Amino acid sequence: MQTRDLLRFTAVSALSHRLRSALTALGIGIGVTAVVLLTSIGEGLHEFMIAEFTQFGTNIVAINPGVQETFGASAAVLNTERPLSIDDAEALRRVPQVLGTIPAVQGNASVEGNGRERRVIISGVGPDMPEIFRFKVALGEFLPDDDPRAPRAFAVLGSKVRDELYGDLNPLGERIRIGGDRYRVIGVMESKGTILGMDLDDAVYIPAARGLEIFNRESLMEIDVLYAEGASVEEVKEGIRRVLLARHGGEDFTITTQQQMLDVLGSVLNVVTFAVGALGSISLLVGGVGIFTIMTIAVRERTFEIGLLRALGALRGQVRAIFIGESILLAGIGGLTGLLLGLLVVESLKLLFPAMPASYSVPYAIAAESLALVIGLIAGVWPAQRAARMDPVDALRAE
Amino acid sequence: MIRLEDVCRYFDVGDEVVHALDHVTVEIPDGEYVSIMGPSGSGKSTLLNILGLLDTPSSGSYSLDGVNTSTMDDAELAHVRQQKIGFVFQSFHLVPRLSALENVELPMVLAGDQPTARQERGMAALNRVGLGHRDDHRPSQLSGGERQRVAIARAIVMQPTLLLADEPTGNLDSASGKEVVKIMEDLNQQGLTLLVVTHDPAIGERARRQLKFRDGRLAEDSARVA
Repeated sequence: MQTRDLLRFTAVSALSHRLRSALTALGIGIGVTAVVLLTSIGEGLHEFMIAEFTQFGTNIVAINPGVQETFGASAAVLNTERPLSIDDAEALRRVPQVLGTIPAVQGNASVEGNGRERRVIISGVGPDMPEIFRFKVALGEFLPDDDPRAPRAFAVLGSKVRDELYGDLNPLGERIRIGGDRYRVIGVMESKGTILGMDLDDAVYIPAARGLEIFNRESLMEIDVLYAEGASVEEVKEGIRRVLLARHGGEDFTITTQQQMLDVLGSVLNVVTFAVGALGSISLLVGGVGIFTIMTIAVRERTFEIGLLRALGALRGQVRAIFIGESILLAGIGGLTGLLLGLLVVESLKLLFPAMPASYSVPYAIAAESLALVIGLIAGVWPAQRAARMDPVDALRAE
Repeated sequence: MIRLEDVCRYFDVGDEVVHALDHVTVEIPDGEYVSIMGPSGSGKSTLLNILGLLDTPSSGSYSLDGVNTSTMDDAELAHVRQQKIGFVFQSFHLVPRLSALENVELPMVLAGDQPTARQERGMAALNRVGLGHRDDHRPSQLSGGERQRVAIARAIVMQPTLLLADEPTGNLDSASGKEVVKIMEDLNQQGLTLLVVTHDPAIGERARRQLKFRDGRLAEDSARVA
């Protein structure tokens, strides 16, 4: 029997029960739609998160105090941890390929200005922050390159703080109070939005050394390092490590590259996408049960036909192929319908809710369709086997 | 040439063993026209199934055209059925979804023949039973007699040497029954061996040779009497 004749025969058989076949295929279709929809949302979430994290640029290395690995009891017994200091941040500027560093400390405090008061994030940073975080100044200028240990009391407002405190007034040169100290406003940042719930616009930026004073801290929370585009991350990391080891006398810090963070984040999000895809596949299994049921009924209905095919010289394998073919055909058509339906739903979601992250995932779409075909095959095996094993005499006698 | 030697066929029905065929020995030369008659349960359908290679004897041997079939496996039996034997059933057994021509082409489709060759031979077979003009009709659009004629066209399209008909007129009125018998007799005239199982003495007596069965035994063979 030629393949195209087998295809034609199975197609004609499936078409002879239009409604029944359509409903059966729909079962698989809904499963594929579910997989496509869920993985699209997973993929959209992935892209959204990666975009959130790369909006500051990707050539960044973060240094945090403490070692985030466990070394048995020795860490507790022999704690030589030295905090990260502003001097560390200065020293790291001299590492090859490093373009700039930000000593960072952060906390909440109330800001008073123009007769109003607002509780905001106070971010103690260095003059390199706009360049390193790709965060532009809208008005005035950013913190000047003062002596980092004794900087002048200047402040730069986030756009929301400016709107809340000064409205349409020009805040440049105005005096504000932060935690009791007086600062002069020298700039306003452009709006940057939020990152993971933290509103960067509802913040005031001051020199790191003054931030340490306000929060009564001895050390920085983090040092961010920007390195040159195209430089080797490993070399930069090694350079940073060497400088800090020399200064601290031991490895009491953790260096995290942006790439590592993205890798970890990416793998977590891939698991999420896979998990929701797997959940969607459960409905594919349900569709498979539908195909199995219909194929079992079809074998019973067409018993005489099975006997006839055998009488006309069909091999058992041909009878099996005819029924498995029909089962795969139903699943395949259902799957394609599901792909289209999924695409339609994803696109309409994007139109209706532009804020919702959704992105059609082609590999998952292909995987869903392949899985549908495999399920069609598996669902067809038992009924087809039953048909192939029938005794032709008994089959012919059935009416 | 059909040769059955000492063929038995037993069925286990509950605790009982039913002798559907009981030591049957018969020889049918090529081109013969044979009717097989007898009451229900006399073994005539079992005989037809064995002759058609759909069933195998419990004991004894069956050779077709000098080849012993008892040693053949499933695939070989299917091949012999395809090439040498045509079946005509009481209830026609046409595939309802396929047109008359497609039904006739079915054995060739299973054999893997090319579409162009199929169509040519399929139309020739339909013309032979006088239904060339009905090629695109579905079985439901044809009368009973026409359906049986399509079934005959399907049975002869592979140019078999043996045509087995199981009560071919059982579901037909007498006029279309006569027509169907006439077509089969014409085919027999042209050299096809024809075996008809029937209840109807009027049909059975038309055959040159009559076999009568009773309780699984060949009770009467007109060739042996003569």
